[in-house]
Amino acid sequence: MAEPVLAVEGVCKSFGMVRASDNVTLDLRPGEIHALIGPNGAGKSTLIEQICGGLEPDAGRITFLGRDVTGLGTVQRARMGLARTFQISALAMEDTVIENVLLGAVGAAGGAFRFLRSALRDRAFRARAEAALEQVGLAEERWMRAGDLSHGQRRALEVAVALTLSPRAFLMDEPMAGLGASGSQRMTGLLRELKAQAPILLIEHDMDAVFSLADRVSVLVQGRVIFTGSVAEIRAHPEVRRAYLGEDA
Amino acid sequence: MSREAVLNLILAAGFLVFPLWAWMAEEPFLITLATRAAIFAIAGVGLNIALGYGGLVSLGHAAFFGIGGYAMGILASHAQTYTPLLEWPFLVEGTKSMPVIWIVAMLASALAALAIGALSLRTSGAYFIMITLAFAQMLYYFAISWPAYGGEDGLPIYVRNGFPGLNTLDPIQFFALVYALMLATIAVAALVRRAPFGLALNAARQAPERVRAVGISPYRLRLAAFAISGTITGLAGALFADLNRFVSPAMFSWQTSGEIMVFVILGGTARLFGPVAGAALFIALEHLLGGVSDYWHVFLGALLLLVVLFGRNGVVGILAGQEARRG
Repeated sequence: MAEPVLAVEGVCKSFGMVRASDNVTLDLRPGEIHALIGPNGAGKSTLIEQICGGLEPDAGRITFLGRDVTGLGTVQRARMGLARTFQISALAMEDTVIENVLLGAVGAAGGAFRFLRSALRDRAFRARAEAALEQVGLAEERWMRAGDLSHGQRRALEVAVALTLSPRAFLMDEPMAGLGASGSQRMTGLLRELKAQAPILLIEHDMDAVFSLADRVSVLVQGRVIFTGSVAEIRAHPEVRRAYLGEDA
Repeated sequence: MSREAVLNLILAAGFLVFPLWAWMAEEPFLITLATRAAIFAIAGVGLNIALGYGGLVSLGHAAFFGIGGYAMGILASHAQTYTPLLEWPFLVEGTKSMPVIWIVAMLASALAALAIGALSLRTSGAYFIMITLAFAQMLYYFAISWPAYGGEDGLPIYVRNGFPGLNTLDPIQFFALVYALMLATIAVAALVRRAPFGLALNAARQAPERVRAVGISPYRLRLAAFAISGTITGLAGALFADLNRFVSPAMFSWQTSGEIMVFVILGGTARLFGPVAGAALFIALEHLLGGVSDYWHVFLGALLLLVVLFGRNGVVGILAGQEARRG
């Protein structure tokens, strides 16, 4: 088995009496989409924050590219190549689409403290940004303000920004959230393409998307991973059906 | 050319034409008024980098304005009394040279801004406003209780400092100098805004979590912006002291911080020429309404209220509409 790109080992996090992460262990292997599903309040957001570096676990270890990153912050993990997209679009809404993507290119190059040249006219930044827009199909909208985009386009822009980082792993927090059927389908196609560039840890509610995309699925319930397996195994697993799919087994 | 670019050209030209007219009409007082407006504009250009681009509502920029002023006052007062500033471990003498004074004023303001920023930027919102205000007030009371440089009474400088090749006591020549510096600081602000740094700073104002997620620390961006901002406002302080040939603790007062903020908001937050329009309007109102009533600030307050409530983005926003950004 190939060395996992990202590994979460025995991570615990409590808020007062609530155990948001209860001894969570999961990993992301090269070339896969690993979906993380679970009902609302299962602790998905807390887990993501710990993986990104926004929250420090009470116990356990997170390794990325073979390095222990448990003590590193968000900025450092991003610089190592961990690219996340947000559940609620976090974009500079007043800025144009191209400026939003350029931000990623600037971050990836460590170029935020350059003062003399225009960011828009920098060939290297621009080429990287345009390539990302092309890939998600937003090239035509480059001069639109992010705030004027449709919801679906914003979701795609989120992905484009992540792409500019040339990431070693994607962490996607409900990229399908709020998308209609056709939007979901487009996003599904896009994620399938992206998987060739870097593995994806996918947090998603849209079961059709999960079942068509995921190589493996983990189910999180009340802070614990109750099961990890293939899509077929998940569909068949009685405890999962009861806990998550809301069926009587 | 965008509407805003045309407006900026008109503002820049108007700022030059008015004092030239006053010069020909032999109205030196009006030249001095224009010089004052240009200096305030520079202070505003400085604050705009923090407030407009970075979203850092600093109510303490008087700290840098005052530091610039006292840098001038201290250096020039030692020069006029022929007493060295420092004898040990090495000799530092005062100076009457403007370029040297500007450099000292900017360095001192930059260091102060780094120190104040490093602490203040750990907070945000109302706390940030209060802590920047507190730092400026500390300096205000320090200046009041520092008898060596005039204390409460302030420090007069009898002859305006010199600039190679110019007679700085001639109002129009001093204006030309200030005007050139105003354009230079605007150029710096434009450069900063368009550079990758400005792009990231602007994004950090709107979506800091996004900036972090692409591997850039918003804190470091803001600290650098705050330092650049303080440096420019410090330069304005040195010029203001030279204009009045007088430095006093009032330069550190919270009213000064408030006025610099008014220039920016009145003119148009985050607009390149916003502080220029704001400072010009402020001085014009002060001059015109001040003659009518001692309570002209009431009208200023009403105007500010209208601009904030109805004008998108101040005077520049009203005249030029939304900002168009390309290239």
